Amino acid sequence: MTIHADHSAPETAVEDQAADVRTKFGISVEDYMLPARHQIQMVNPDGTLRSHDEQGTEPGHEYPTPSDAELMAAYEQLVVGRRVNDQNSALVRQGRMAVYPSSHGQEACQVAAAMCLSEGDWLFPTYRDAVAVMTRGVDPVEVMTIFRGDWHGGYDPTEHNVGIQCTPLTTQLLHAVGVAHAAKLRGENTVVMAMCGDGATSEGDFHEALNFAAVFHLPVIFFVQNNKYAISVPLSHQSVAPSLAHKAVGYGMAGERVDGNDLVALLAVMDRAVKLAREGSGPLLIEAHTYRMQAHTNADDATRYRPDSEVAEWQAKDPLTRMKSYLTDKGLLDDSANERIASHAEAVATQLREGLGEDVPVQPLDLFKYVFAKQTPQLKEQSELLASELARAESTGNAENHGTESAK
Amino acid sequence: MTVTTSATGTTTANVSAATASAAASAAATAEATGPQSLTMAKALNTAMADAMRADSSVLVFGEDVGMLGGVFRITDGLMAEFGEQRCFDTPLAESGIVGMAVGMAINGMRPVIEMQFDAFAYPAFEQIVSHVAKMHNRTKGKLKMPMVIRVPYAGGIGGVEHHCDSSESYYAHTAGLKVYTPATVADGYRMLREAIDSDDPVMFMEPKKLYWSKDQVDLGALRAEHDAGTSTEGRAAVARPGTDATLIAYGPSVPTALAAAAAAAEEGRSLEVIDVRTLVPFDDETVCASVRKTGRAVVIAEAHGFASVSSEIVARVQERAFHYLAAPILRVTGFDVPFPSPKLEHYYLPSVDRILDAVDDLQWED
Repeated sequence: MTIHADHSAPETAVEDQAADVRTKFGISVEDYMLPARHQIQMVNPDGTLRSHDEQGTEPGHEYPTPSDAELMAAYEQLVVGRRVNDQNSALVRQGRMAVYPSSHGQEACQVAAAMCLSEGDWLFPTYRDAVAVMTRGVDPVEVMTIFRGDWHGGYDPTEHNVGIQCTPLTTQLLHAVGVAHAAKLRGENTVVMAMCGDGATSEGDFHEALNFAAVFHLPVIFFVQNNKYAISVPLSHQSVAPSLAHKAVGYGMAGERVDGNDLVALLAVMDRAVKLAREGSGPLLIEAHTYRMQAHTNADDATRYRPDSEVAEWQAKDPLTRMKSYLTDKGLLDDSANERIASHAEAVATQLREGLGEDVPVQPLDLFKYVFAKQTPQLKEQSELLASELARAESTGNAENHGTESAK
Repeated sequence: MTVTTSATGTTTANVSAATASAAASAAATAEATGPQSLTMAKALNTAMADAMRADSSVLVFGEDVGMLGGVFRITDGLMAEFGEQRCFDTPLAESGIVGMAVGMAINGMRPVIEMQFDAFAYPAFEQIVSHVAKMHNRTKGKLKMPMVIRVPYAGGIGGVEHHCDSSESYYAHTAGLKVYTPATVADGYRMLREAIDSDDPVMFMEPKKLYWSKDQVDLGALRAEHDAGTSTEGRAAVARPGTDATLIAYGPSVPTALAAAAAAAEEGRSLEVIDVRTLVPFDDETVCASVRKTGRAVVIAEAHGFASVSSEIVARVQERAFHYLAAPILRVTGFDVPFPSPKLEHYYLPSVDRILDAVDDLQWED
């Protein structure tokens, strides 16, 4: 392995960055780091395209419209993502899964976060980002293992470069920073997508991760899905900053806010962020304004803390219907395309129903197998204890033809 | 391997000067054969340097570990020899240091990070407990955590508050972490090499009062031992053989136990001293063999006794060697009070007298 030193010494980093911004955008580094005056939006909630001068055209904040092919591919994932969310919620109601934190309403964010990356890049998701993980290519049933309850993680993170969906808020952002740092030291051009929610921006690790990424000038995109609530607590109780994107300037990185229910704008902003990061512009912070249409999880009751009128208001901004009318008006989406996409979504839903419908036998001795790479004598002893209990239960079960220890 | 530094201006001059002296000292250390007088600080430093030479994925980072060489100088000269890419200072944030190390370990590196002082590691507790300890298990071994978290720990240096905690029990209690603590200069080298080689995360607890302890050590022999794959993990050492009772100690308490054994010998009592070396995994075999032989034991640790490594040791030994015991196992530990201020610490720390009193209480009249 070769360890490279291709970045500026800390002593000159600030001037280098200012010079880079002047060359690229002709603006001051402060103007570059501050988000545009309004969130970036390209398609209105009714599916009509916004006029060009409303799309975010300030210097340093110009976003080209993504290609038709990209939009169509993303729309397909959007439809699949919605179907996945609703299928999983149904599986929870049927008792097939313990819990599912649905991203219903946030699917545009989920899809954009995964689709803007290239193969060698990494994604670090939270517990609500199952759709992003699947969009990245991870097997849907493996993604759901964590919620089915037979292990804490169901997929191999190295297969698609996706961290295990993380529960302790923003702790995974630092892992994203470390992955980017290691890649940079080896001279690999790896971009890392680090996802979190609005409430999580109050956590200490959010601050430490952004600061580390900026100081080491790493290609990490911090993607905050501002869905307005941390379980029940509204954003106003988390932060009184002008926006979450404004926090970027405090760390010395660029921030941008984008309509999180506008897949066109999201792809435009995320694609450019990935490009800038890959070119060596350092980390970026993107805040997507979206809404958690359902409760935090099935164990939560959202009617206790938010009015129905607010939910209805966001229903009208749904990312799926918006994208559908936009693509239909554009002549890209016809009946046959709709049919094809719907059957793709249904196939994934079927895969989930079948995969989660069957009881996978758990392996009790796995409890001891993976704690360490090199097992300790103590764990070996405990493993043998459980093995003998299991053997005893089995022999009792065989005798009684029940497989239980009830005879005790 | 290509290693370059890109520092500019005054930095370059300083780095060059440091490079020259470090290279000279590294060369001197490398060439030395036969026993030489070495401090534990230098042994630890040499272990890191050797590991970095052997494997370019070994990185050292933390607070003040670069230019300064660490507040205890344990990383002295590493930045100069290996460059700012492989030994560097981070922003002052312990959770950030550990969390970034987790990501680096995920992506093929072997980070060796310094927590500066025991109590300064607490901001990193969530990363250590929720990720460092659990990542291998969570991913069924798909992700390994080959990282070493070095923690200068314990008292006896007249340190102020937050600089003298014995925090080993927190880590030993956490499933998924290995916990090493060397008590001798030679073990400083061999155990740190092994910790860096390990695919498991190791909490490497360095007794800071022993940093400047000296011993005659043959580095060439230690290197050969390392290259031959000799392992210390889960292997306690008999630091002093004896027949009448066993003193079980680790880290900073080992020299105190040895001093107590020497004093007891003058009074005609032969005490065996066991240096536990790795708290996790624990060497039940060696410890229990000693207790079965002597029939009496005292466990010595600086940490608070309540719900601690010392209480675990007592429990394990009595579970395994009850019928060999002539007396209850006693403990000499720190009191269950916050670590005291410098002028009060000697009342708190296990002392030779307190150990000898405990030995006297082992029901010899029976």
